[in-house]
Amino acid sequence: MNFKQQRDNFRAKKISAVEAVEESLRKIKDDQLNIFINHFEQEALSNAMHIDNNFDDFIAKPLSGVPIAHKDIFCTEGLPTTCGSKMLENFIPPYDSTVVKNCLDAGSIMVAKTNMDEFAMGSSNETSYFGAVSNPWNHDLVPGGSSGGAAACVSANLTTISTGTDTGGSIRQPAALCGITGLKPTYGLVSRWGMIAFCSSMDQAGPFSRDAFGCAALLDAMASYDEKDSTSTKRQDINFEESLSKNFGSLKVGVIKNIQELDISEDVINAYETSKTVLTGLGHKLVEVDFSELSSGICSYYVIAPAECSSNLSRFDGVKYGYRSKGEKDIANLYMNTRSDGFGDEVKKRILIGTHVLSAGFYDAYYLQAQKVRRMIKLKFENFFKDVDLIFMPTTLDQAFEKNRKSDDPNRMYKEDLLTIPANLAGLPAISFPNGFKNNLPIAGQLIGKYFAEDLLLNTTNKIQEVTDWHKMTP
Amino acid sequence: MAQNDTLIKGWQPVIGLEVHVQLMTNTKLFSPAKNQFGEDANTLVDLIDLGLPGVLPVLNEGAMKQGIKFGLATNAKIAETMIFDRKNYFYPDLPKGYQITQLHYPIVRDGVVMVNGKKIRIHQAHLEEDAGKSMHDKYDDKSVIDLNRSGVPLLEIVSEPDIRSASEAVNYLKKIHQIITYLDISDGNMSQGSMRCDANVSIMKPEDKEFGTRAEIKNINSFKFVEKAINFEIKRQIKILEANGTVEQETRLYDSIKDETRSMRTKEFANDYRYFPCPDLVPTNITEELIESVKENMDELPEEKQDRFMSSYNLNEYDAGVICADKETANFFEKVVENADVQLAAKWIIGDLNALLNKHDMDLQESRIDAENFSELIQKITDNTISGKIAKEVLEEIWNTGAKVSEVIDSKGMQQISDAGELDNTIEIILNENTDQVNAYKSGKDKLFGFFVGQVMKATQGKANPRLVNELLKKKLS
Repeated sequence: MNFKQQRDNFRAKKISAVEAVEESLRKIKDDQLNIFINHFEQEALSNAMHIDNNFDDFIAKPLSGVPIAHKDIFCTEGLPTTCGSKMLENFIPPYDSTVVKNCLDAGSIMVAKTNMDEFAMGSSNETSYFGAVSNPWNHDLVPGGSSGGAAACVSANLTTISTGTDTGGSIRQPAALCGITGLKPTYGLVSRWGMIAFCSSMDQAGPFSRDAFGCAALLDAMASYDEKDSTSTKRQDINFEESLSKNFGSLKVGVIKNIQELDISEDVINAYETSKTVLTGLGHKLVEVDFSELSSGICSYYVIAPAECSSNLSRFDGVKYGYRSKGEKDIANLYMNTRSDGFGDEVKKRILIGTHVLSAGFYDAYYLQAQKVRRMIKLKFENFFKDVDLIFMPTTLDQAFEKNRKSDDPNRMYKEDLLTIPANLAGLPAISFPNGFKNNLPIAGQLIGKYFAEDLLLNTTNKIQEVTDWHKMTP
Repeated sequence: MAQNDTLIKGWQPVIGLEVHVQLMTNTKLFSPAKNQFGEDANTLVDLIDLGLPGVLPVLNEGAMKQGIKFGLATNAKIAETMIFDRKNYFYPDLPKGYQITQLHYPIVRDGVVMVNGKKIRIHQAHLEEDAGKSMHDKYDDKSVIDLNRSGVPLLEIVSEPDIRSASEAVNYLKKIHQIITYLDISDGNMSQGSMRCDANVSIMKPEDKEFGTRAEIKNINSFKFVEKAINFEIKRQIKILEANGTVEQETRLYDSIKDETRSMRTKEFANDYRYFPCPDLVPTNITEELIESVKENMDELPEEKQDRFMSSYNLNEYDAGVICADKETANFFEKVVENADVQLAAKWIIGDLNALLNKHDMDLQESRIDAENFSELIQKITDNTISGKIAKEVLEEIWNTGAKVSEVIDSKGMQQISDAGELDNTIEIILNENTDQVNAYKSGKDKLFGFFVGQVMKATQGKANPRLVNELLKKKLS
C-alpha cells in the first residue's frame, strides 16, 4: 500500500486512523532491522482516536489519518529525542519541532522515531549509538545515512511516509539505497526550529515516501514560514500535491558530460542512461553540463560541516541536560569525560576537524577557502540554470554496500556523498527516486532544481513514475 | 603632542576602553524571555537561553534600534549590513558553548565623543549577548548558575587608544554614561553591572613611535575603580620598564579591596575563540528608512539640551553644563522652573541639592525630592516667605521626610518675619542690651553692623527678613 491508497482509505472511511496506527505499530514491533529508536503506542493511539473523533476537521488535511515516523533528530515534546547519541539517550525536550507540529496539524499520527547516524554524521547509519540499521533489500547491507531508519521504514512498508534531514545527502542517499523517493527542499523552505543542528547552513528537513505523490503531500505539511527560524523563507505557499498534475511543458534537462570520469559504477551508469531515454520520451530536451568542477565541493563540505558542527555540539557539555560523566571533581574533567564518553568516534572526529579548521592560523587556509569554493559552486549552478530547467544525475556512485565494509577508509565513505553534496552547498532542492535495479538492489537518480522549484521536481518525478515501475518494487 | 601634563615620571600612558552596556529592552537579544534585573534566579529563561538542542535565535529589533541610536549620537557609521559571529568557548554560564557577537561587521563603527574639548574616537560598537552568572561562594561544595542574565543584549563600545590618563578615562566613561542614559538605551548602573568596563593600558616614552605592550584589565565596576585600576597599572608598568623588564601582554583583574591588578592569563593561555559567522542568523540589512525612523524618535542629546538651556533659560555655560550633566537633573530642572525663578532654581540645584546628593551618594530618583516640591521651595524664597538660610533647613527636612514644603514651613513657624513693627521691637531690645557696641559703632566701627544683624537673626531664629533688618537697623543706628 502506498501513501495515497492509505489516505484514500481513511478519507473513504474504509480504515480508521486507529486501525492504520495499529497496523503500523504491529509491524514496527516486529521490526528486525533496528529501524526505530523509540515507538509511542499510547500517544499514537490517543492521537489517532482524536482524529477519528474529529474526522470532518481532518479529512481535507494533506496527511489525514496516515501514520508517520519521524527521524529522531526532530524534538518531540515530552517524548525522547536522542539524535542517535548516547549524549541524548535520556533527553526529553519540553517542545515540539516545527516539522513535528506541522505534521501533527496536517492529520498524521507519529508512531515512532527512526534510527539515524549519530547527530546525522554518517552515510551508512552505522554511527548510531543504538546500532546499525539493516537494508530491507538485503539485511547484510546498510540502508545509507544519516536518515537510514527513515528510509528503511518506508522501504519496508512500516509507514508510508517518514521525515528525514539532508545536510550532505542524508535524505537522497538512503532513499537511493532503499529504493524509495526522497526530497531535500531548498534551504529555508522547511523550518529548522527544534531540529537538532549538525551544520546549520546546510541542514534541511524533507520527506520520504514511496513515490513523488507521497513526498508532495508530506512536503505540503512540512513546509512553512517560521518566524522562530531566521533562515526560514517567507514566500507564497505552493500546493505541491496540486502541482503534480500541472503541465510544465517540455523542459531542458542538464545531464552529466563525461560521466565515466566520475568513478560511478557501471550499473548506476546504465540506469542513468535508461532514465535519459525516459526523459526524452516525456518530451524533455537533454543538455550536457560539465560537472567536473563540482566535485571539489566535497572538500569544502568536509571543512564547513565539521566547523559548524564543532560549534553546534558545544552545548552538549554535561552541565544542563543529557549525558553527564559521574563523580567529576572539577569542570574541566566534567567537560572532557562527558564529551569523550557521550559522543561516538565519528562525531568526535568531526568536532576535532571542525575545531582545527576554525583555529587561529588555520581559519584562512581552511574555513575561508571552503567558503570561497562554496560560493564558486553556487555560481556554477546559477550558470547551469541559465541554460537548463533541471539537472539530472545519479544519486550515488554505487548501490547499497556491506555493513562495516568501509569503516577503515573514511575517505571512501566521505566520497559516498560526492553527488549529493553540491545541492547542499548551493542550498538547492533535489529529489532522489529509484531508476533501476541490479542484483535485487535499487539504483537511483536525482533531479536538482532552481531555488524553490520543488513543484517542478515533484511534477517531473511524478511524470517519470507514471511511465516507470521502479518505485513500485518492494523488498 | 602637547600633552605633557599627562606624563607620569616621563612616561606617556595610552589607554583604550571597552565599555559593555546592557540595553534596556523588553526581551532578550535573541529570545522572548524578559530582560529584567533583580528577579529570582532562573525565572527569566527561555528555551533559547538554556541552549536546548534545535532551538534558534531570532534578533530583537529593539536592541538593533538602540545600537543605531548610539551610532547616531556619536556621529558614527551605521552598518549597511551587520553580521553576527559566534565566539566559541566553554563555560557553565554560557549554555550554548558560544556567545553570539559581532566581530567584523559591527552595527556601529568610527564614532567620536568629545571629552572636555578633546576628541576620543570610537573604533566600533557591536551587539552581543550577555552570559549567565556563576556564583561560587553561595554554597560550600557547589557552584550555582543564574541564567537570567544569559542573552541580555549588550552594546560593547570599543574606543580607540586615544585616552592619555586615568582621569581622562573616567571622563570618557562618564561621557558614555551620559550618552546612553540620555538616549534611554541603558540605565548605566555600574553597581548592578548594566555598565561594565575593561581597560587596555600601556605606556610609552613621548618620543616613541609605537605604543607599548598593553595589559587588559577586566570588569571594572565603578568610576572610582576605573581611575584607581588604571593608575595602579600605569605605575606597575613604569616600575617594570624602569627596571629594564618587559610588560607582558596579558589579561589582568582589578582587586578593589587590595587596590591592585593581578594577572588572570597571559597571551599564551589566551582562548582561541574560533570566531565564525553565525549560520543561524542571516546578515541583517539596516536601511536608510530604519535609520531615519530611529532618528525621528531620538531624544535630545546632552549638547543639544545644554545649548537650549543656555538660549531659552538664559543660563550661563557652566550652569547649563552642570544641570545637563545627567538627563534626570535636566528634566528635574525643567519641571522646577515651570513655576519658579530660573536663576534661583539653577543656583539651588547646583549648590545645595547637589551637595546633599553627593553627601548621601544618591541620585535624584533615589531621593525623596520631587520637582514640584522643590519648585515650591524656590517660590517661597522668591516671595520672601522664607529666607535662604531657612530654605536650607526646609530642604534638609524635605530630604529627610519627604514632607511638603508648605507643611514644613507652617508646622515649624518658619515664615519670614517681614512685619516692620515686630522687628522694630526686637531691634530695640537688642540695641538696649548692647549699648557698648552701639556706641562703638556710632564712633566709626562700621564692621559692627554685621554683629547687630546677627543678633537680630539669632533672636528671630533666622526668620527675620534680612533686607528689612538691614533697613531698620540702618535707620535706628544713624
